[in-house]
Amino acid sequence: MDWISPRALNRLGMLNMNRRNVDYIARYNERSSYPLVDNKLKTKLAVAEYGVKTPQLLQVVKQQHEISRFRDMAEGLAGFAIKPAKGSGGKGITVITGRDGDDYVKASGARVGASVLERHLTNILAGLYSLAGTPDVAIVESLVESAPSLARYSHQGVPDIRIVVFQGYPVMAMLRLATTDSDGKANLHQGAVGVGLDIGTGRSLNAVQFNRPITLHPDTGLALENINIDDWEEMLEMASRCYEATGLGYMGVDLVVDSNEGPLLLELNARPGLAIQMANGRGLLPRLRAVESLKRPHFTPGERANYAMKTFASL
Amino acid sequence: MTSPSRLPFYIAVFLLITAGISLAVWRHIELGIPWLTGEQRPVWMVEARVDFDGSNEPVVASLNVPEQPPGFRILTEQAASPGYGFSIIDKAGSRRAEWTKREVVGPQTLYFKAQFIPDPNAEPAPPAQPPKTKRLFWEEPQATAVREILAQAEARSSTPESMTRELIQLMQPDTRVQNTTLLVSEANYLQLLVNMLNHSGIPARTADGLKLEDARRRQQLTPFLQIYNGERWLTLNPKTAAQGVPEDLILWRQGSESLLDVVGGDNSEISFSMLRQTVPALQLAAMQFDGDGLSFLSFYELPIEEQSMFRMLLLLPLGALVVAFMRIVIGIRTSGTFMPVLIAVAFVQTTLVPGLVAFLSVVAIGLAMRGYLSSLNLLLVSRISALIILVIFITAGLSIFGYQMGFNTGMTVTFFPMVIIAWTIERMSILWEEEGGQEVLVQGSGSLFVAICAYLLMSAPLAGHLTFNFPELHFAILGLILLMGQYTGYKLSELRRFTPMKVYD
Repeated sequence: MDWISPRALNRLGMLNMNRRNVDYIARYNERSSYPLVDNKLKTKLAVAEYGVKTPQLLQVVKQQHEISRFRDMAEGLAGFAIKPAKGSGGKGITVITGRDGDDYVKASGARVGASVLERHLTNILAGLYSLAGTPDVAIVESLVESAPSLARYSHQGVPDIRIVVFQGYPVMAMLRLATTDSDGKANLHQGAVGVGLDIGTGRSLNAVQFNRPITLHPDTGLALENINIDDWEEMLEMASRCYEATGLGYMGVDLVVDSNEGPLLLELNARPGLAIQMANGRGLLPRLRAVESLKRPHFTPGERANYAMKTFASL
Repeated sequence: MTSPSRLPFYIAVFLLITAGISLAVWRHIELGIPWLTGEQRPVWMVEARVDFDGSNEPVVASLNVPEQPPGFRILTEQAASPGYGFSIIDKAGSRRAEWTKREVVGPQTLYFKAQFIPDPNAEPAPPAQPPKTKRLFWEEPQATAVREILAQAEARSSTPESMTRELIQLMQPDTRVQNTTLLVSEANYLQLLVNMLNHSGIPARTADGLKLEDARRRQQLTPFLQIYNGERWLTLNPKTAAQGVPEDLILWRQGSESLLDVVGGDNSEISFSMLRQTVPALQLAAMQFDGDGLSFLSFYELPIEEQSMFRMLLLLPLGALVVAFMRIVIGIRTSGTFMPVLIAVAFVQTTLVPGLVAFLSVVAIGLAMRGYLSSLNLLLVSRISALIILVIFITAGLSIFGYQMGFNTGMTVTFFPMVIIAWTIERMSILWEEEGGQEVLVQGSGSLFVAICAYLLMSAPLAGHLTFNFPELHFAILGLILLMGQYTGYKLSELRRFTPMKVYD
């Protein structure tokens, strides 16, 4: 067994679970704002007012009887994603990338019939994936066509960029690449690869999978050290803008880069994970404390993104 | 990082914990509830035996019984006397056991038994109003002798206590002078002392003490002198003037004039025998304070059925404490926050190994059946409902199967909360589909580990004893849980999880 001493973790400024919950989430996130981020449908509508683009909404299934309309709607589509509005941690998200006769092809390559998808919708409505098991709403979104420059790194699914935003300042970012282990999902605890991104430039730093450092993508075999994200400042500003939209002081913003639409907001997370620190090889605490000790906060998202790029890269 | 707003919180938690512990300590001292189980306390069983001959007349036998002997507490009292009417009569500072019967012929024996607990703090209540002295008329030449002796004793003393000591001193054979020899004879010594003290203005009376010796029969009473010093009655040895009651002496009679009165009988006699017994301290505390004002916090006032329910309920906070500790400080992942506590509660009833076997088999069979249910495309509510019914079938099946095979352990399955098991199966099965078997194993074994830890704590006899007899200790548990809610340090599991960060240090 290999252990790291708490003192070393303190030196690195590693944010831990208990401190995140007590000192950041409980203190900076208003309980009343939670439904806004825990419900993807509400998130979409809220951020739209602040000029943050999201994938196109194809259908909202609110009632059991509306499921019958799903088949008609999906008939003409090549790809789409079914999501529970109140799902967490990527649970219950099914991504369909294509068709094979009557069957639908999942991101993993598995073929499923329409009835399986309908059962999935039923499960979503019954609240199987929602946080407290409460009845839920299913949303069907257009499939994101990932920009090829990033898509080639990901085994399946769409690589997304997680940015932790603290009081409107983007403080840390990572690129999440799906793997076979993660079944096309970009969730680190399910086995996706996390690539830390330099907040100042958008260049990759380190990569981890299952909390262990790696240098090559386990499926594609591509080196993960020279990834560069285009339009980095624009993305940071977009993430920063979500603060105005939700009022959440500490959140994770998940962005994707669509080849046609540019950066899109996938979802917001009021309880972003801690693995981002390992992907970056840096602790969050120095940056969070820098924001907390700011005497004059910046007012516009652009200024905040700019400040973050200049200051945090060295912290 | 600590903002000033947390100070009141810490004060409140501190108050909670101290309140809980000090209340428990107070009740331990005041009510004598033991900290440990199985603690034994000595109890003296004293039996007074009254013998007399009936002479074909209605009989009233009246025996003075202790009211509040210094240094002891009365635990139980009972009388054994077939055919007699019995009652205990309290009147004017004396307590008497009274036996009555219409026609009595021949030798009669009456018993009165009482249990006494040694208690150094037990004191008789001071009299409501100061007792009066009874002045006797002395004839000459005694009157002069008494006056002179009293004057002599008074000259050498300052308080009622010292006066009494001096007087006793003067009356002793080796210091006797002419005056005393005139007054004292062996038979009237004590009564004379009492009369003289009363004459000098000090209220005085006699008392009878019983020396406690294990398994002693036909023990005789020893006379004692009691004087009133203005606040309370003091007991003195009439021969040595030693003040206070020896530890092994119980004052059977104080304040009343006679020990035994028998009307309608002859040759009455009284004898005492005694035995030292031990009684569980807890039982003692419960008996002693039955209906006492201090026992309001006790669950022993409740009906037995509710008591046993509370015994279980009061263990739950311990389980919650274990879960909080395991999740917050250690960082063990469990499936369902408090599922482990409920499983642990079931384990308490089934004992560990049979419980584990039963639980694992129900969950395993349930998971297999859930696999089929999931292919039926059911709504969540009906799937869970179906699962609950299936779980009941499985438990029934296991019970019957186990019973037929001669294992009683099969029956213990019924202690598991069905709905919780159904939800556990449902969650596990979804976890399996989404995250794979490994996560099921991690969370499942994490839950079981926490459940076993909680079970070990909850099933400890001491834990049950403390939580039930000192329910106020739950304040301290609450305080600890609240404190843990503010713990912002690293979890043990995080020290492992963040190990790769060593490279960057």
